Amino acid sequence: MSAMNRIRGAFAPPRKGETFELRAGLVSQYAYERKEAIQKTIMAMTLGKDVSALFPDVLKNIATSDLDQKKLVYLYLMNYAKSHPDLCILAVNTFVQDSEDPNPLIRALAIRTMGCIRVDKMIDYMEEPLRKTLRDESPYVRKTAAICVAKLFDLNPTMCIENGFLETLQEMIGDPNPMVVANSVQALSEIHETAPETRALVLTPATLKKLLMALNECTEWGRVTILTTLAEYTAQDVKESEHICERVAPQFQHVNPSVVLAAVKVVFTHMKALAPKTVSAYLKKMAPPLVTLIASAPEVQYVALRNIDLLLQANPDILSKELRVFFCKYNDPPYVKLQKLEIMVRIANDKNFDQLLSELKEYALEVDMDFVRRAVKAIGQVAIKIEAASEKCVNALLDLISTKVNYVVQEVIVVIKDILRKYPGYEGVIPTLCKYIDELDEPNARGALIWIVGEYAEKINNADEILEGFVEGFLEEFTQTQLQILTAVVKLFLKKPSNTQGLVQKVLQQATADNDNPDIRDRAYIYWRLLSGDLDVAKSIILSQKPAITTTVTSLPPVLLEQLLSELSTLASVYHKPPESFVGKGRFGADEIQRAAIQEQRQNAAENPIAASVAAAAKGGQQNNIENLLDIDFDGGAPASAEHGGGVGTPDRFASPATVGGLPGAPPQPSGGMADIMGLFDAPPPMPAGGAAAAAAVPANAGGMGMGDMMNTFAGMDISGNSAPPPPGQQLGHAPSPAPPKSGGGSEDLLGLF
Amino acid sequence: MASAIFFLDLKGKTLLARNYRGDIPMSAVEKFPILLSEAEEESSAVPPCFSHEGINYLYIRHNNLYLLALTKRNTNAAEILLFLHKIVEVFTEYFKALEEESIRDNFVIIYELLDEMMDFGYPQTTESKILQEYITQESHKLEIQARPPIAVTNAVSWRSEGIRYRKNEVFLDVIESLNLLVSANGNVLRSEILGAIKMKCYLSGMPELRLGLNDKVMFETTGRTTRGKAIEMEDVKFHQCVRLSRFENDRTISFIPPDGEFELMSYRLNTQVKPLIWVECVVESHSGSRIEYMLKARAQFKRRSTANNVEIIVPVPDDADTPRFRTNVGSVHYAPEKSAIVWKIKQFGGGKEFLMRAELGLPSVRGDDEHGGGMTGGFGGSMGGVGAPGKGAKRPIQVKFEIPYFTTSGIQVRYLKITEPKLQYPSLPWVRYITQSGDIAVRLPDAV
Repeated sequence: MSAMNRIRGAFAPPRKGETFELRAGLVSQYAYERKEAIQKTIMAMTLGKDVSALFPDVLKNIATSDLDQKKLVYLYLMNYAKSHPDLCILAVNTFVQDSEDPNPLIRALAIRTMGCIRVDKMIDYMEEPLRKTLRDESPYVRKTAAICVAKLFDLNPTMCIENGFLETLQEMIGDPNPMVVANSVQALSEIHETAPETRALVLTPATLKKLLMALNECTEWGRVTILTTLAEYTAQDVKESEHICERVAPQFQHVNPSVVLAAVKVVFTHMKALAPKTVSAYLKKMAPPLVTLIASAPEVQYVALRNIDLLLQANPDILSKELRVFFCKYNDPPYVKLQKLEIMVRIANDKNFDQLLSELKEYALEVDMDFVRRAVKAIGQVAIKIEAASEKCVNALLDLISTKVNYVVQEVIVVIKDILRKYPGYEGVIPTLCKYIDELDEPNARGALIWIVGEYAEKINNADEILEGFVEGFLEEFTQTQLQILTAVVKLFLKKPSNTQGLVQKVLQQATADNDNPDIRDRAYIYWRLLSGDLDVAKSIILSQKPAITTTVTSLPPVLLEQLLSELSTLASVYHKPPESFVGKGRFGADEIQRAAIQEQRQNAAENPIAASVAAAAKGGQQNNIENLLDIDFDGGAPASAEHGGGVGTPDRFASPATVGGLPGAPPQPSGGMADIMGLFDAPPPMPAGGAAAAAAVPANAGGMGMGDMMNTFAGMDISGNSAPPPPGQQLGHAPSPAPPKSGGGSEDLLGLF
Repeated sequence: MASAIFFLDLKGKTLLARNYRGDIPMSAVEKFPILLSEAEEESSAVPPCFSHEGINYLYIRHNNLYLLALTKRNTNAAEILLFLHKIVEVFTEYFKALEEESIRDNFVIIYELLDEMMDFGYPQTTESKILQEYITQESHKLEIQARPPIAVTNAVSWRSEGIRYRKNEVFLDVIESLNLLVSANGNVLRSEILGAIKMKCYLSGMPELRLGLNDKVMFETTGRTTRGKAIEMEDVKFHQCVRLSRFENDRTISFIPPDGEFELMSYRLNTQVKPLIWVECVVESHSGSRIEYMLKARAQFKRRSTANNVEIIVPVPDDADTPRFRTNVGSVHYAPEKSAIVWKIKQFGGGKEFLMRAELGLPSVRGDDEHGGGMTGGFGGSMGGVGAPGKGAKRPIQVKFEIPYFTTSGIQVRYLKITEPKLQYPSLPWVRYITQSGDIAVRLPDAV
């Protein structure tokens, strides 16, 4: 009681006002007044007012036979226990009594609430009630107590383990009541996740049998729990996998979409061990339920669509006949529409592209800008994916460009650039594109058009005029566009040297003297040097044949995809990111140091999502483009190109394949010198000034120096670069600058961390 | 798993919250409206879940409310979003409608329900019929204190024991709704039948029911010769009372039903269906000052059936005025709040065909002129666009109707066997069939 008095003193009650009235009500001699006051107190709490000062008075009402009132007092306790930890002890008695009440509802209420009062004093008294309620005769109480073990573990793991509650829970997996089983599994799986060293939930063939039994009887949520656990189980042999799939497959018919997704996850995981024929039978069986998910509430649909996207990346054919299902409804929310587009492009094949294309044309005339752009992009993706569709797609794009809607025009140009990279034969469209040159205000679209002009300079009569216009405003352009202008002008010069020398000099001058972006400067120097040497060599490098691209549909790296497939239905599978990249700090009992390290990385990942996405983009880009482009051509230079790819951090360079196409250009024959040029690129950033100075010095001497000598100089720098690689963090920080030799490895490591 | 659940108004102010795990600062909710509007600025497509500073926000919108769940972990997103929808469902049954007002008026019972429906962030009991048995608005005295119904944790968690009716009756409604997407030139782009069997069960005790349908797969597996038509259901979903493993084995639909009304099963057929009510539309624009619609509607089903309450809703430009209509059947009115004209036909006999002409004035010079005349209308918001660019989509013509005593798929209830081993009463099943329009969209052609 002394504690009570102290608190009383601290909160000297005001004589009037709401709190005063409530207090008066709470201590009233009439039961109905007290109850009313409690309700009002809870109301005030709901409205966000701080009524913690009433704690002692509310507490007086805890011993009541009125169930509603009891619930309210308990609710109040849960909310404000933290503010009056000392006083909570006064409630302990009631809790302990209630946990032995003849009414199971009250026993469950008591144990549920005790677990939610996160105060040390309360925890000390939980042991006995929890032990009793875990063995309660009522399944309702047992299922509540099972969850309470997880609550206790969260607060005091030692106490939980010492009292053998984990063992009790493990026994409860065999409980005759399915809901008790489900909650026990849930509690154990949470404990196992937070503290794997407890080995709280280790399935054996015996427990597996119990889970499969309970699966058919428990509530929808219980089924999700059990199925999630089954998905994580490693089967002993093929027979067991077979058995699990057989027992789980009927759940595809459940009305609750999360049960269906959980069942898909289990079957998808366990069928890997089965014969190919059985696998395809299961995949076939999975398709209709997946399609039905598209009829659920939009938010759930979104989760389903993101998951279907993953499944399609692993098994592109499962829904090939279901294209129509993914047609957008006019009233679908935008996030659903965009996701449906992604999936339709993935499903597209040479049988259904006609249907798809006429839909996409329809979408491209909608009003939502993001959706329209995505639809235009999809048309390009279909063209590149399916050769037979390309002509129709190009025609569709030309129709769209004639609408003259600004953002449509820009997107179409970007898309056509990619189509030309696969089918150079469609050059006939170029004059049409050039008509819109003045309407482009986005760096991507400008870059795309300039690339096209450079690439087809010999076929465009006024290419020099067009590029001249861009050179005029060179310094005002975005980096990305500047790089394209540079490359395009050099290409133009090599193709039509007669009257373009002035232009090329002007642009090189601007790029080196008036510009302080090392990316642009260095590229300009490379060109400069190449042009000052043998022009045939320069031609063979800059105008070399570039291999055609194969796809512009982005796919996740296989390792990540594999991981995400095991996370179906979770947030990770929705974000398409590994859980480590967005989950906050957890409790890792195993290895303190590792934990600290992981946490730090997580922190970094959370703080710097750009770096993470850059790394991801770099990896994706590397796979899609760089490897294709450079590795094939460079026998000896392959590692250099890979490093180059990994190191350069601007996602744009990877996202925009044009840039890659516009790189110095790969020679058809491997030349040792080229590898060394890449070596130059790889000079470490801490000394870019030095590197640039050395590079600047070269052209001056270039007249006297042979090409080979030049290369040697670079080779020397390369070695010195090797000796002093900067720390990886700095590498990413210096993303736009030439990356050091180790950067490839460095970014790989970084990727590993995510 | 959810750490906390919030009910917010549209401004993002908390109306009521329940903190289940205490592992997330409740102030994190204050960031929600900010994050949401930031995301909305960036793109029109804001997904229903996102992550910020290690906290994941999962939300749905219902009426003038946001229901928001927060979690730190890599939670099962589908489960949590569905749970939020389930809250809406249960609360709607309790309070008729779930909105700001009903949250304020019922906070006591809402806390009780939230406690019962979720524990430590894990969904528990969400069956509203069972919840209503022990969470009620009347207060309990000690003597008649509520107890948890056995059903809460029972294997049959959807039905209580000891139910008694004098007359044991079952009503079966087979309801098929037709979803269609028709292109402007009349091609059916997508058609699907979504069927549902709804039951009203007034049976005593713990009855065992077995339902027989003309299911093709079942006929095939049992090697039975089919008399008449059998249908092939693409994907069947069952109420949790149906024994899924039995269905998997021999396609038998057997179950102990919940009491009262519920949806027993739903199914989907992807077969190509022709539109039951075919609508053709020609739009004529007269130099941007007047727009004319010519509609032809034809009933493409058997003469002995009749479609009731047919409504054909044609979108028109936002600022259209002075509507004039001419039709040989039903009534037409202009609904400016929906920017549409609505053509209503009470009864539409099979095989019949009707016409309607509508003419509306357009006050302003329209965007299509600047896009080189007749541009298909997305941007300028002319021909059927909602109007202001960037808002809404190109709306299609919608068709609504109901055809009683008729199913598109030809599904039939062959039998419904009812046995209650202890009481052994006679009982009567009643079956009704109805076909409804689901989402029927006919894309509006470009104006000529």
